Amino acid sequence: MCGIVGLFIKNPALESQLGALVAPMLSEMTERGPDSAGIAVYRNPQEDGCKITVLAQQQDFDWNTLEAAISNHFSLRNITVTRNHAVLCLDSEIEDVQDWMSDNWSDLSITSAGTNIEIFKGKGNPAEFIDQFDIKSMTGTHALGHTRMATESAITTEHSHPFSTGQDLCLVHNGSLSNHNRLRETLRKKGVQFKTDNDSEVAAGYLSWRLSEGDDLDQALNHAIEDLDGFYTFAIGTRDGFAVMRDPIGCKPAIMAETDDWAAMSSEYRAIATLPGAENARIWEPEPTQIYSWKRS
Amino acid sequence: MTEINLDKSSVRDLNVELQGGSSGDKFSVNNTVGKHALSVGLTTAVNVEINGHVGYYCAGMNQQANIVINGNAGPGLAENMMSGEVRITGNASQYAAATAHGGLLVIEGDSSSRCGISMKGVNIVVGGSIGHMSAFMAQSGCLVVCGDAGDALGDSIYEAKIYVRGNVKSLGTDCIEKEMRDEHKAELKELLMQSKMNHGVEEFRRYGSARKLYNFDIDQVDDY
Repeated sequence: MCGIVGLFIKNPALESQLGALVAPMLSEMTERGPDSAGIAVYRNPQEDGCKITVLAQQQDFDWNTLEAAISNHFSLRNITVTRNHAVLCLDSEIEDVQDWMSDNWSDLSITSAGTNIEIFKGKGNPAEFIDQFDIKSMTGTHALGHTRMATESAITTEHSHPFSTGQDLCLVHNGSLSNHNRLRETLRKKGVQFKTDNDSEVAAGYLSWRLSEGDDLDQALNHAIEDLDGFYTFAIGTRDGFAVMRDPIGCKPAIMAETDDWAAMSSEYRAIATLPGAENARIWEPEPTQIYSWKRS
Repeated sequence: MTEINLDKSSVRDLNVELQGGSSGDKFSVNNTVGKHALSVGLTTAVNVEINGHVGYYCAGMNQQANIVINGNAGPGLAENMMSGEVRITGNASQYAAATAHGGLLVIEGDSSSRCGISMKGVNIVVGGSIGHMSAFMAQSGCLVVCGDAGDALGDSIYEAKIYVRGNVKSLGTDCIEKEMRDEHKAELKELLMQSKMNHGVEEFRRYGSARKLYNFDIDQVDDY
């Protein structure tokens, strides 16, 4: 069992409250996933530049050394450190930064890359995570969150969701995949890299691979229905919005709701009930294998 | 009328109070905000009106009580109901009335997948449509659908009866369309009246078991 929440702001006046709106949703999903929590937030777009989120294995990592080193190689706009995460905004080509990071900083991992996305995650109770990362004060256009109850692999920050699936893309998953070991080996042969033995990371890697093969998101998800065996409700964050898809049996729950001000999805209605105007929202349950997406126009 | 506000009372307090009610008592429940297991395990003929959307397993194991939900429900509405009546004005999620032995569940809106899975005598009337795998292994009782039914309706069905007014996307294994005889028309008419659904009996088709799948010979029904 896990909990998923997603919130897409339609009324720009609410963008300043994105974190304040999403934090109670995440908190409400604690019982579905008390092991760890994570969030992908889309904000502060870096025009003509890039943004990466870096996760340090040590809580007391000295970010000054990274800042000094990266400034020697790249044009760093700014670095924002929150506990063991840092968001770096740069003028450089994102692939160059990613290559340099993986060549030189083995104890750091990149959890997100793009122009808008930032990903934060940590093991422990979602309430602690919300406080530690000050989720309530986050502003932005949309966010996806996850609370994890681990069923098939260890409880670590690296095993926590969301998983990056490409530039400004991420995945959160409720369910379990049964063919992830074989699929991971197949994808490794195609050059996809994995950091953990987690099944959801395989789904993320699969989507990354399909997208790199030229699929658009809908095509990648339709291929996923063929190639992923197991149960899933996926929510996929994109630069402009997010998409939701359930497995063909529709085993894992999902509920969606929309008002003039926002569109939201969650594993359960009680997370959506925390939003203003939820009681009068249009509410529906997504059909199996149908892709639902919201996009900024 | 006793009012219970879930802003102030816990779900456990609510259920204890409802379970302690006497026949004919009236309760209204407010500020539900999708909470789970509301109004469960009632065993007397109390009247409960729930205002707002509810989470999992609302009205589970109901006996005798009359429960109205003004809103939508999450998975497992009226699961394992024994008797009484549960009515919801909105939609119900997966496996509504799963394994339920008796009573009447009325869903005025739609119900999603696995509606009436393994039903054992309950009557279910859905004003809208139902999702895939509904009435899977349904043993007895009636499932009435005023809208459409999803894929694999009545898969591995035993002796439950299914009446559908709209389209059936596909029938499950061993489920077939059957003749509407007078006794079925009378039964359906009664259920439509009880559930206050305003449709003519002749608009419905009946589906049930081809009796080829399970190891049971209907000709020897008295021996079981």
